[in-house]
Amino acid sequence: MGLASITLQINGENRVVAIREADTLLFVLREKLGLTGSKPGCLNGDCGACTVNLDGWPMKSCLILAVETAGHYILTIEGLKNTRIQEAFVEEFAFQCGYCTSGFIMNGYSLSQLYPHAHSTQIQEWFESNICRCTGYEEIEKAIRRVLNENNNL
Amino acid sequence: METIGKSIIRKEALDKVTGKAKYTGDYQSSSMLHAKMVISPYAHAKIKSINIQNAWKVQGVRGIVTGQQVPLVGEAIQDRPILAQDKVRYHGEPLAVVVADDPILAKRAADLIAIDYELLPVVNSPSEAIKPDTILVHEHLDCYKRAKHITPIPGTNIASRFKIRKGNMDKGWRESNVIVEDSYSFTPSDHAAIETRCSIVEIRSDESIIVSSSSQAPYMIKQLMSMYFGIDMGKVIVNTPLVGGGYGGKAAVQLELIAYLASKAVGGRKVKLENTREEDIITSPCHIGLDAKVKLGCSKDGFIKAAEILYLFDGGAYSDKGIDLSRAAAVDCTGPYHIENIWCDSFCMYTNHPYASPYRGFSHSELLFAFERTVDLLAEKLQMDPFELRYKNAILPGHTTPTQTKLNHSNIGNLRACIDRAKELSNWDEGQMVEVDKRFVRVKGASCIWKTSTIPSNASSGVIITFNKDGTLNLMSGVVEIGTGTKTILAQILAEYLKMNVDHIFVRMDVDTQTTPEHWKTVGSRGTFMAGRAVLEAADDTILQLKSVASCVLRTSIDDLIVANSRVFLRDDPTVGLGFEELAYGYTFENGNSIGGQIIGRGNYILRNITPLNPETGAGNPGPEWTVGAQVVEVEYDRRDYTYKLIKATSVIDIGKVLNEKAARGQVTGAMSMGLGFAARETFRLDQLGRVLNHQLRTYRPIHFGEHPEYAVGFIETPQLDAPYGARGVGEHGILGMPAALGNCLSLASGVSLHQLPLTPELIWREREGKSDLI
Repeated sequence: MGLASITLQINGENRVVAIREADTLLFVLREKLGLTGSKPGCLNGDCGACTVNLDGWPMKSCLILAVETAGHYILTIEGLKNTRIQEAFVEEFAFQCGYCTSGFIMNGYSLSQLYPHAHSTQIQEWFESNICRCTGYEEIEKAIRRVLNENNNL
Repeated sequence: METIGKSIIRKEALDKVTGKAKYTGDYQSSSMLHAKMVISPYAHAKIKSINIQNAWKVQGVRGIVTGQQVPLVGEAIQDRPILAQDKVRYHGEPLAVVVADDPILAKRAADLIAIDYELLPVVNSPSEAIKPDTILVHEHLDCYKRAKHITPIPGTNIASRFKIRKGNMDKGWRESNVIVEDSYSFTPSDHAAIETRCSIVEIRSDESIIVSSSSQAPYMIKQLMSMYFGIDMGKVIVNTPLVGGGYGGKAAVQLELIAYLASKAVGGRKVKLENTREEDIITSPCHIGLDAKVKLGCSKDGFIKAAEILYLFDGGAYSDKGIDLSRAAAVDCTGPYHIENIWCDSFCMYTNHPYASPYRGFSHSELLFAFERTVDLLAEKLQMDPFELRYKNAILPGHTTPTQTKLNHSNIGNLRACIDRAKELSNWDEGQMVEVDKRFVRVKGASCIWKTSTIPSNASSGVIITFNKDGTLNLMSGVVEIGTGTKTILAQILAEYLKMNVDHIFVRMDVDTQTTPEHWKTVGSRGTFMAGRAVLEAADDTILQLKSVASCVLRTSIDDLIVANSRVFLRDDPTVGLGFEELAYGYTFENGNSIGGQIIGRGNYILRNITPLNPETGAGNPGPEWTVGAQVVEVEYDRRDYTYKLIKATSVIDIGKVLNEKAARGQVTGAMSMGLGFAARETFRLDQLGRVLNHQLRTYRPIHFGEHPEYAVGFIETPQLDAPYGARGVGEHGILGMPAALGNCLSLASGVSLHQLPLTPELIWREREGKSDLI
C-alpha cells in the first residue's frame, strides 16, 4: 500500500499529507488532517453531510479522491468564520443534532456566493442533495432565504 | 416569565455551525485500532464453517473474533449472541469482527473470512411467525435468561404477549349498531440518523472498560456491560459526546459489546467500530414492523362501544426492546378515546428480520395507523365527519385508559381543544376534498394521537449544579444531547427558577457515567420532565445553601432573603445583599475568616406511583401523563397516475407549557417530517429470503429538502401539574398521527381503502387494480 505525498490547499493553508491513491478527500480531511467537521453519513453521495467547497463549488468529499483535489482550493466548514449563513442557521434554529449541518452550510454558502439572488427552484435543486433527519427543513429553508433576501436588499 | 417560553439559542449552537461539535466518530488517536464486522448475507442459515486463515494473512491485522463462547445478551430476554453462533437469524447479523491498524486493512481482512452456510426456511412476517407449523427462529427459547415478568412461549415464535381486558366485550358488541373490522400491515424500516452508530472501547490494566459511544443510553451500557461480562459496575465508564440523531435507534446496546470483544482480542487496546450506512440500516436494530387487526363497534349516534385489537409486532430475530414496544402498544392500544369495553392482544413475534429497537413514538405511530384508519372506516360507515366522530369519543378527565388508569385534569391533555384548533389551522371546514381540476384534487385526512411513556417505574434522573468563582453556574445532567435541545431547556428552567440570566448558566454537553449524575435513558420525551424536576430540586438545594451563608453574613433569618439576578438580598431592602460570586466559594470576612465553602446543589427525580400491569387484564398505572393531539395531512392527488404531493401538515399538541417556542416547533415539524417519510415511502424492501434490498440512503429515501409540506403547528397548554412549569413531553408526538392521517387522506382521494405502509403510488395502483371496475 504505497503512500504518496501531496500538497492540498485547505482553508487558506498548504497542507502536506501522505495519502493512498484510493483515499477519498473525506477520509484525508478527517483521518489525516483532523478536520472532522465534514461528516461521513453514507460514503455514497446520498446524504451530503460531507459537503465541502472546491474552487467555490459544493462537492461531496466522499465522492472525490484526495489526489484529484491537489491544485484546487478546498474550503471546509472549519474555514468558514462568522458568515451570514452560519448566523442564519443559529437564528432560525436550522439544526438539531447538528450532524448534517456542516454539509448544509457549505452548500448554502456556495449557493449564496455563486448565486447571491438564487430563486426558489435553484434553492431546491441545490439543497435536495442533502438530508436532514431532525428538522422538517422549514428552518433550513428560512435560513437560506434570509441570507439570499439580505443579498437582494443590498 | 423571563426565560420560559422564549426561543433561547441552543447552548451548543456555535459549535454546530463551525464544525467544532464533536461526535463519537470524530475522536481519534494514533494508538487507536479499527474494527470491521463480517455480516450475514442471509436471513436464516446454519453456519457450517467459518475460515479466518486468509484474513490473518493481511498485514496489520491484530485480532479476529468469531461467535464462539460469547455471552447471550438482550434486554428483556437474553436471546442474542453478540456475534452469531451456530446460525444466523437475520440479514446483516454480525458473525465476526476483525481488528487492524486501519479501517481499510480491517475491511480487506473481513472480506477474506470465508463462511459456509446452509440456508433455512425464512420467517418473513409476524403473521407467518404465529402460524403453528412455522419454523422456529429460536429453538431453545426455554433456556434463555429473562426478566421476571416476560413470558415467551417455547416451541413458538412468540417472544411476549400482553393483554388488555377492560369491561365486557359481549355488552360492548350488543350495544353496537355499526361494526367495522380490518387488517393492516407494514414491514420494518429504519431510523436513518445521519450519524451512523459508533463505539470506541478500551480495557485498562485494572480491567476497567472505557467506552465512548453514540448512544441515548450510556447508563444502560454501563449496567449491561457490567452484567454481561461480570465486571464491577464502577469499572465500566461510558462517555457520550454529542449524538448525531437518535430517534430511539441509539437506545439499544449492540456495537459497544462487539467493540469490547474486539478490544479484548487485542489486549485491551483502544478499538473503534463505526457502522457503514449499510450496517447501520440492517445490522443495528431497526424500526419495528406490524401486522394488525382492529374491530370497532359503535352506537347509531357514533359512540364507540367496543374495540377488539390484535397487534403482531415484527420484533425481528431478537427480542431486545421489541417486547417493551409491544407492551407500550397494549397500554395505549385504542388511541385517545373513551371506550369502556376493550380486548387487546399485543404480541412481539420473532421473525428473520433485522431486530427492532425503539423508534420515535415507541410503537404509537404504528398502532395509531391501524387504529385511526379503522376510526375513519367507522366515520365513513356512519357518514359522519371524521373529526366529529373523534371529538364525540375524545377521552376526558374522569375516564379510564385501556389500562384502567383513572384520568384527571393534570395527567391528560385537552383533546377536544386540539381538534378544534387543528380544524382551524388546516381549514378543515372547507371540506376534505377540494377539486382543483379534472386531474388534481386536494384532499385532507385526520388523525388523533396520544402517548404515555412506559418507562420503568424506578427510572430516575439526577442533576448537579456547581458554581464558578465569578458567580456563574454549571449544570450537569445525564441527559444526552441527541438534538432535542433538552440541555438548553434545562438551563432555561434553572434560569427561570433562580430568576437569573440564562447566559450565566453553563451546561455540560457530554455525559460521563462516572461523574455525571444518571438520567435513565434519553428516550420517551421524558428528558424535560424528569431532569427538569431534578433541576428544580437542585435549584432549591442551591438556594438554601446560598441563603444560609448569606443569612450569617447579613445577620438575618433565611426567611427574609430572596434570590434573583445572581444575588441574595433582603426581601424589604434589595440594596442589602450579596452576589453569588461572594457566596459560592465561601464568604470571606474582612479579617480573613471564611464561612460556607463551595456550594454544590443536588437534585433528583424518580417517577412516582407507576405500577406493573396485571398480566391477565393489563390493569395498572403505566406512565405519569398522556400527551394528546390532533393532526391533519393535506395532499394534492393526481387522479391520472396516483402520485401525490404533500401540501400541508398540521399538528396541534397539548404540550402543557411551551418552554422554548422555536425548539418546540422544531421538535414537532421534525417529527412530522419523519412520520411522513415513514408513511409515504420508508420501508425495508424484503425479498423471499428475508433480505433487505434497500439498505442505502439512495434506495431507502427519507424526505429530502423541497419535498417537505408547509407546516402548521399549534399548541394547547393544559398544565401537567407535577411537571416543571406544567410542560408535557413533545419530542415524539409530531410523528404519531402522520401515517394514519396520510392513510386516511389517500384512501379518500383514491377511493380505495389503504391498509399498508408505505403509501406509495404503486400501492394505490395495486389496490385499484384489484378493483377493476374503478380503472
